[in-house]
Amino acid sequence: MALAASSVWRWGEMPEKAIALEDEVRDENALIQRIREGERERFYELIQPYERRMYAAAFALLRNQADAEDVAQEAALKALKNIGQFRAEARFSTWLIQITVNEARMWRRKGHAYIMEPIAIREDEEGNYTPRDFADWREIPSETLERHEVRQKLAEALASLGQIYREVFVLRDMQQLSIEETAKALGISTASVKTRLLRARLMLRDLLAPGLGGSWSSRLSFEKGTKPW
Amino acid sequence: MVVKCEEVWREISNYLDGDVSPDLRAAIDEHVRGCKHCTAVLDGTRNVVQLYGDERMLEVPLGFSHRLHRRLEGNMPGNRRSFVGWMVAAAAGVVLAGRFEAARSSSIRHPELVSEHAQPGAGVPPDMIVLVSSDGKTFHVAGCPFIHDKAHVRSLVAREAEREGYVPCVRCLKKYLS
Repeated sequence: MALAASSVWRWGEMPEKAIALEDEVRDENALIQRIREGERERFYELIQPYERRMYAAAFALLRNQADAEDVAQEAALKALKNIGQFRAEARFSTWLIQITVNEARMWRRKGHAYIMEPIAIREDEEGNYTPRDFADWREIPSETLERHEVRQKLAEALASLGQIYREVFVLRDMQQLSIEETAKALGISTASVKTRLLRARLMLRDLLAPGLGGSWSSRLSFEKGTKPW
Repeated sequence: MVVKCEEVWREISNYLDGDVSPDLRAAIDEHVRGCKHCTAVLDGTRNVVQLYGDERMLEVPLGFSHRLHRRLEGNMPGNRRSFVGWMVAAAAGVVLAGRFEAARSSSIRHPELVSEHAQPGAGVPPDMIVLVSSDGKTFHVAGCPFIHDKAHVRSLVAREAEREGYVPCVRCLKKYLS
């Protein structure tokens, strides 16, 4: 998404950011070239910025810490082995996440992971999604995320989504891939990505708004005068 | 153009991604201004995107990075050492261990701190994986939002970070500060 964003900035508008991004991509491509030429130990340097993303992608699909860690490791080994096949027209991070998603799917298929999918949410994509709740939920200060119980609530809500919604949401909104990159990583159409993303976002709002907009917030401590609702 | 609530809900994701026509955006804005329900849905959906998009939501288990690197290291082509190689490595280990023990017994003092205002920690697990950035003065656990220059962080064990003069972050490693 960051690359896509760089292509739409207007002349005179934050050019230094776009230049820095281009430099970053150039450095990354140079590093990939050196690894291909034999400096394999530099692979650590290449994947270090993306380790957390790989784990998060695997965890989103498997919902088990140990499985997610194994899959992230397998994906890193596969990326190292196949670094020669990486084509510079894609972002390296997207390629890495795509490998991780494929590994996680294979892991599930091989039966390593015993996963109970939620039955409360129907997995069909037909029909429009109607919000179930209209609880008022205005701006949330970012400090809220420092509270472990809030992060826990967010993680539980995400885990309760059906897999097809969870994986699209994680790649698009947590990994910040573009719609096209998400579609490519999951092997589905951009229209399906958009439909699933809409439903995922609305379902999460339904799950979280009554708590974060109301009953949980009253239990959260904020400094005097900063409580936003 | 006039839109109904159902149409706002159907387009809300595209609206947030900036993927609607100017006419539709204006119509949605107009509708939301007068509709309490759609305001709640729009605010809430925007909050969902912002909260989950925060880097702090990408938590990894403690030691994840260390274990990943170790696994990769074990699979590097050049890492299948010969017997002589292992003997050399073992001898180097013995020498290093001896020097470390000698240094430890001769004087117990803190290394020169990166910042003169910083306070050294106490009881930080020496093998805990921490993160430092080249222009920072403190070391952090993964996911700490107070890491300087996140683009240039490196991971190392706490023992090494302390040896290099870094001190525990006052936020994420508060419990180790006296």
